[in-house]
Amino acid sequence: MSALASTSFPAALTVLVLVPAAGALVLLAMPRTRPDLFKPVALVASTVSAALAVWVLAEFDAGSAAVFQFWQQYEWISGWGVSWQVGVDGLSLFLVVMTALIFPLAIVGVDAEHSPKPYYAWMLVLEAGCLGTFLALDLVMFFVFFEIVLVPMYFLIGGWGHGRRAYAAIKFFLFTMFGSALMLVAIVALAFLHSSASGGAVTFDLTAIAESQVLATNTARWLFLAFALAFAVKVPLFPVHTWLPDAHTNAPTAGSVILAAVMLKLGTYGLVRFGLYLFPEASVYFAPLMITLGVIGIIYGAIAAAMQRDLKRLVAYSSVAHLGFIVIGTFALNTEGLTGGVLQMVNHGVSTGALFLLVGMIYERRHSREISELGGLQKPAPLLAAVFMVVMLSSVGLPGLNGFVGELLVLLGAFNAHRWWAVVAAAGVILAAVYLLWAYQRVFHGPASGANAEIPDLRWREGLVMVPFIAAIVFMGVYPKPVIERVEPAVDAIIAHVEDNVPGFSEPVADVHPSVSLEDLARSTDKADHNGGGAEHGEEGG
Amino acid sequence: MGTVLAQLPVRTPSVDWTGLLPVLLPAAGALVLLMVRSLVPSRLMPEMVDAVWTFAVAVAGLVSVVVLWQRDADIEAFGGQLVMDRIALFVAAVVLGSVALAAPTLPRYCRRVEVASAELCVLALLAAAGAVVMAGAADLIVLFLGLETMSIAAYVMAALNLRRLESLEAGLKYFVLGAFSTAFLLFGIALVYGATGTTNLDGIAGYLDTYIVLRDGMLLAGLAMLLVGLGFKVAAAPFHAWAPDTYVGAPTPVTALMASAVKAAGFAALIRVFVEALGTRADDWRPAVFALACATLAVGSVLAAVQSDAKRILAYSSISHAGFILVGVQAASDEGVAAVLFYLAAYAVIAVGSFTVVAVLSGQRDDRTGLDTLAGLGAGRPALALGLTILLLAQAGVPFTSGFVAKFSVIAAAVEARSYWLAVVAMVSAVVAAFAYLRMVVAMYFRDPGDEADTAEQASKPAIGIGAGAVIVVAVLLTVAMGVVPGVLESLSSTAAGL
Repeated sequence: MSALASTSFPAALTVLVLVPAAGALVLLAMPRTRPDLFKPVALVASTVSAALAVWVLAEFDAGSAAVFQFWQQYEWISGWGVSWQVGVDGLSLFLVVMTALIFPLAIVGVDAEHSPKPYYAWMLVLEAGCLGTFLALDLVMFFVFFEIVLVPMYFLIGGWGHGRRAYAAIKFFLFTMFGSALMLVAIVALAFLHSSASGGAVTFDLTAIAESQVLATNTARWLFLAFALAFAVKVPLFPVHTWLPDAHTNAPTAGSVILAAVMLKLGTYGLVRFGLYLFPEASVYFAPLMITLGVIGIIYGAIAAAMQRDLKRLVAYSSVAHLGFIVIGTFALNTEGLTGGVLQMVNHGVSTGALFLLVGMIYERRHSREISELGGLQKPAPLLAAVFMVVMLSSVGLPGLNGFVGELLVLLGAFNAHRWWAVVAAAGVILAAVYLLWAYQRVFHGPASGANAEIPDLRWREGLVMVPFIAAIVFMGVYPKPVIERVEPAVDAIIAHVEDNVPGFSEPVADVHPSVSLEDLARSTDKADHNGGGAEHGEEGG
Repeated sequence: MGTVLAQLPVRTPSVDWTGLLPVLLPAAGALVLLMVRSLVPSRLMPEMVDAVWTFAVAVAGLVSVVVLWQRDADIEAFGGQLVMDRIALFVAAVVLGSVALAAPTLPRYCRRVEVASAELCVLALLAAAGAVVMAGAADLIVLFLGLETMSIAAYVMAALNLRRLESLEAGLKYFVLGAFSTAFLLFGIALVYGATGTTNLDGIAGYLDTYIVLRDGMLLAGLAMLLVGLGFKVAAAPFHAWAPDTYVGAPTPVTALMASAVKAAGFAALIRVFVEALGTRADDWRPAVFALACATLAVGSVLAAVQSDAKRILAYSSISHAGFILVGVQAASDEGVAAVLFYLAAYAVIAVGSFTVVAVLSGQRDDRTGLDTLAGLGAGRPALALGLTILLLAQAGVPFTSGFVAKFSVIAAAVEARSYWLAVVAMVSAVVAAFAYLRMVVAMYFRDPGDEADTAEQASKPAIGIGAGAVIVVAVLLTVAMGVVPGVLESLSSTAAGL
């Protein structure tokens, strides 16, 4: 892949990462005597980032979405061949935009329960770390950002969480650090082996290493496993998912929102960018394993979610299931599957982020997340119930909302690649409807008694925070074409890269008759219940 | 008399005295301080003077190192017995820098804990002089002299907190086990001399380059004994047993020096003897160092994770860091040496900073170091807590701190030398050690709501003092700066290693 630099504002992406970091430093320097200023400062910093991300989205050239745009490189540790290299292509574009938009929403939507100064500072550090991970095109730079996000999240969970927060924070930190420990060794080994095999200087440049593909097959497979372990912990894939329910349940609301919406995507994004792209042969070789783990995650996550008594834990387990879809889409290794996977990364971010915000609002009103203690909330809070309904249905994958588009594409791709696994995964869609609708029914329907009858409805601020989420959910469900248009070229390039570098591999496509083309799909998703949404549609009434 | 006078001027061998300034300055500084202190009544000379003098001497030594570094030529003295080459200068800078960084804490600390500050300062300077001699030694005998000068000063320093039994125990343990290890070292020197016919490091390397030692039992035995002797000094497992008790018992600023300066000198000797002199026999000693590194990493990090005392956690973590540095030694390459030097510099700053925080919190007798003393620090002293947090995260190897870059460089050296499994062991043990640091952070910030009430009132608000405060600020700034822009230190350490 070649790279394009932006002409009008070459440092756009670097500034995008540095603005939140600078905001955190400003917060650190502010006197404690003005606690009212902390939130506005954090909001300004994250909004500037968001505006910049939207500008990048507008300036992004959809025609060359397979190329890294706004590309920029500075020297960092030249002695070791490490550079500061950023760029955005169709794969990372929407993740970056979603990240930059969701942070100001999480900051404005949830107040710090105490000690606002460090709280907002950590939020901004977290934002800088997440954006840096999505934008990095240098292996060491990627690792640095991938690892640094642990620190702010550790403090957010430990300092502002509930319940066993210290336990959850340490568990989160150590699990993820263990995964990435081996990745660091793999990154270094990859760079040295690449340089000795290609005869060039040691470099950690992602594209240089990925495009040359000089490693021995067996070596590449080992290295892939080390990378995949790091990402599997982050995603999280079964069986290394156990940190997630604890982290989510005990994290503060904003922490859960960011954790689900952004940080889990670091893993799935890593699997595409640093799995498929760096190790195409190993990805094909291990695809059955990854798909199997993904399918196990879907079914296991769904069943575990259905059994939960705690509403937040339920949403957490639903994430395990949803992330399973992204993984099977990715390792279907065809255009539909991978496009669906990338779409689902954004969709899950929007839907689950919104769900955690709503659960936080319920908790704030009732000081309980026990499903059995809630009930009949629809009567005192109809607006809250309506918003929850839309978000929940998007998570279920109702046609016309965003979740459907991604899930359908994932299942299409998976069906062409591994038919029976796709059938099992499709059952996961039904299970999602079961546990989410059941939870909705228990929380919002029925008579409201006691404290449940007296909760206030959505306040203005809360409503306004939810508007962008709902808008994104509906827009991407009704008219996903602009998104798919920008994602697909990058996906095609990755698939072509895999085909070029793996002898005997060709993209698994439907063998009977042409599958639904993406344009058709984009045009017809609003009436999609006629051409393929049977399973989801059937459950709507359940 | 007349015949003697007739010989004037006396012909002396030419010695490049300026080249020896990094050794001479701390040694002379120590003697001057010792003399002035014993002549001038203490009411005329405030205790403050000791620390200020120590700081000034160490900084002067640092300046001399910088000047010598610019000369760009190895400085030989005493017939090639002492060679101040780039490695020696780099380690000298680490040693003198550690002393300079530890000194500002002393006045307040010594007054509070009632430790004799003059003795402490004199011994610290003498130990530094010995350490620089070790770094510059080009002969096993000179190496031994430097090691003894440094160690004896360190034994006494460890026992200086006379009111505390553990401090005396620390000194005794350190002394007995140190003497024991010195015997190993001497025996090793003798055996290597027997096998190669010289104690000169270049001579040994040249001999082993030229001749194939057919019956190499004596050489191998000597090599093993040298490894044991130096392994003791750097506290590598299984020769680490003295370290935790000594680190915990010694006055905390002394612990800081043991973890930084003493460790740096020990590793300089390891590099000199093994990578440089015995480099041709690397295939013989690399497996041994591999095992030593694995054991050190495992013991250090696992035992750090189960401690409940902050100082003891840091003591075991210091062992685990020694394991990391051994990973760089094991690579037996210039890259490995560069990585070791980088790690030594980064860790010296982190160690002095962390132990200074412990010294601030440790109370009247320097024994309040349990994890509970950290409780409420996040609320009571947010700046101090943030500083310690950054230093701890650096020890855990979190990016944007010098700790990450240091770990990265030793891992890179190990991978380049194809020691993949050692690199994996090192990274996994880093995760285990991270648990220990996170526990300290938890103690500072995440108190359980249950005991919020009683700790809120007595939220830890220790007096810090300007000296210690400045030390911590400088240590934190250096740690972050070396993490964000590692290029400067990286190019210095690479130059020193001859890359």
